[in-house]
Amino acid sequence: MSVDKATVTKIASLARIAMSDAEVEAMVPELNNILGWVEQLGEVDVTGVEPMATVVPNALRLREDEVNADPKTGGGVRDKVLANAPAPEHGFFGVPKVIE
Amino acid sequence: MTEHTEMGVAQIRDGVANGDFTAVEVAEAFNAAVAAASDLNAFIVTTPDSALDAARNVDARRAKGQDIGKMGGVPIGMKDLFATDGTPTTAASHILEGFVPPYESTVSAKLWDAGAGMLGKLNLDQFAMGSSNETSAFGNVVNPWRAKGSDAPLAPGGSSGGSSAAVAARLCPAATGTDTGGSIRQPAAFTGITGIKPTYGRCSRWGVVAFASSLDQPGPMARDTRDCAIMLEAMAGFDPKDSTSLDAPVPEWEAGLNPDLSGKRVGIPREYRMDGMDADVAKSWDDGIAWLKDAGATIVDISLPHTKYALPAYYIIAPAEASSNLARYDGVRYGLRDLPDGAGLQDMYAATRAAGFGKEVKRRIMIGTYVLSAGFYDAYYTQAQKVRQLIADDFAKAWESCDVILAPTCPSAAFPLGDKVSDPLSMYLNDVFAVPASLAGLPAMSVPAGLNRDGLPLGLQIIGKGFDEQGVLNAGLAIEQRAGFTAKPDTWWKA
Repeated sequence: MSVDKATVTKIASLARIAMSDAEVEAMVPELNNILGWVEQLGEVDVTGVEPMATVVPNALRLREDEVNADPKTGGGVRDKVLANAPAPEHGFFGVPKVIE
Repeated sequence: MTEHTEMGVAQIRDGVANGDFTAVEVAEAFNAAVAAASDLNAFIVTTPDSALDAARNVDARRAKGQDIGKMGGVPIGMKDLFATDGTPTTAASHILEGFVPPYESTVSAKLWDAGAGMLGKLNLDQFAMGSSNETSAFGNVVNPWRAKGSDAPLAPGGSSGGSSAAVAARLCPAATGTDTGGSIRQPAAFTGITGIKPTYGRCSRWGVVAFASSLDQPGPMARDTRDCAIMLEAMAGFDPKDSTSLDAPVPEWEAGLNPDLSGKRVGIPREYRMDGMDADVAKSWDDGIAWLKDAGATIVDISLPHTKYALPAYYIIAPAEASSNLARYDGVRYGLRDLPDGAGLQDMYAATRAAGFGKEVKRRIMIGTYVLSAGFYDAYYTQAQKVRQLIADDFAKAWESCDVILAPTCPSAAFPLGDKVSDPLSMYLNDVFAVPASLAGLPAMSVPAGLNRDGLPLGLQIIGKGFDEQGVLNAGLAIEQRAGFTAKPDTWWKA
């Protein structure tokens, strides 16, 4: 499989990365080079092999169902959460207007 | 007395504990070394006051007769991928410029609790994506080593290139690294130092800027095996805030160090001996085999048949996870926001990410987005995850006949900066020996083995069974004692 300009433009849009025509053009052979190389995986016989989900046997844990079960990840830190936001407003993250 | 900056972790910790010198003296010496080495560009931010404050605390504790901790009085460098409370954290990307974490990563917090101090935040490949430290938005790190008769700047390896350069140049006795597909071991090999990636899950990923979460693993980089064992003890341990953290006690790796390998079997994977292998790399591998035999081990030939597929599988899995992890950089919650006039939300996302991410990061997000997109997911991502299982199975089978595996860390010594930037594939191939252990989540370390024909360091890699960091460290120590690696780079960067 190989990608063309239209596909790269679509991927860039899915990835939310603005790209000029020239950048898209330059990215086409770069991606094709890499994709062509990873395609050798197709020759591996994987009959009956399950895709690997985790490298160490480890059951996922659930935390206690209560606010501030761990104060470091719990609530009550709105100001800290917003401290690095480029445009916080009234205790919320500010974004450009979405609905006319 | 030895100059403070010539000392390693154990020597500093013991010297401070014994009262031979103070932690403040040590911090001052390393702060001065850092300040005089700006030509290496190893640090993004220096924090001399932080190092001094920690040292004063340790000296005060000692004066009161209190325990000074496993890393008491040892100033270290912190890879700028670890969130540090109140100190900017960038992942070497413009998209995180101005980000000051209001929290501390688990690993760095553990190090400070153990008595370590912070000299500064170390440069790296942007979002840890790279093998030469040339993708940083803050400029290349320069390897302190130079080839004989040349002053061409060499790559310090990557992604932990600031860490490797700083330890090799004696700007810090040890530094944190992170390893996703070789990012601790390859830079350690390129700079003649020691670094270990522990079993996946040993060190918490909480507060480490995420690249590929199923692979990312913090680890120590230092001058020798003992120092790595000490620092790994301080970094490791269960963390309820990381869902993949290992809920297991931390072994006493330093106390358990034993270079006698009698009864141990060392596997030599035949697939790693590739056609056209660099003669000096091949020789250092043979040296390593002889040294481990001398330490009492039996050498066995093993096969890891899917080795050649590890790198292509990695370059599907890691970008796939990265494209998902890096979706959080959207110009809304932290970091850069680029809002063109009259732009809506979607345009703001796209403009912010275009302005904030570097070229290699964009390339990997694009690959990841493509292999996860509708219609291609099974052909690429699912296939890669199946091949990943086969690679892990190869290792499981190998452990039936050996206890550790010995291989080169990299196919070559450090290469000149600029040599591979225009060819991503040739850059990726640098990690050909490092990636298989990452995909299988196994502990693996690099120890210096000697110098090549150009006077540049080469590393040997030891891969161990899951949870057997001790076996890896012991084999590393056996090599270290026989390699007698004492070479140091000339200090050309000191003005």
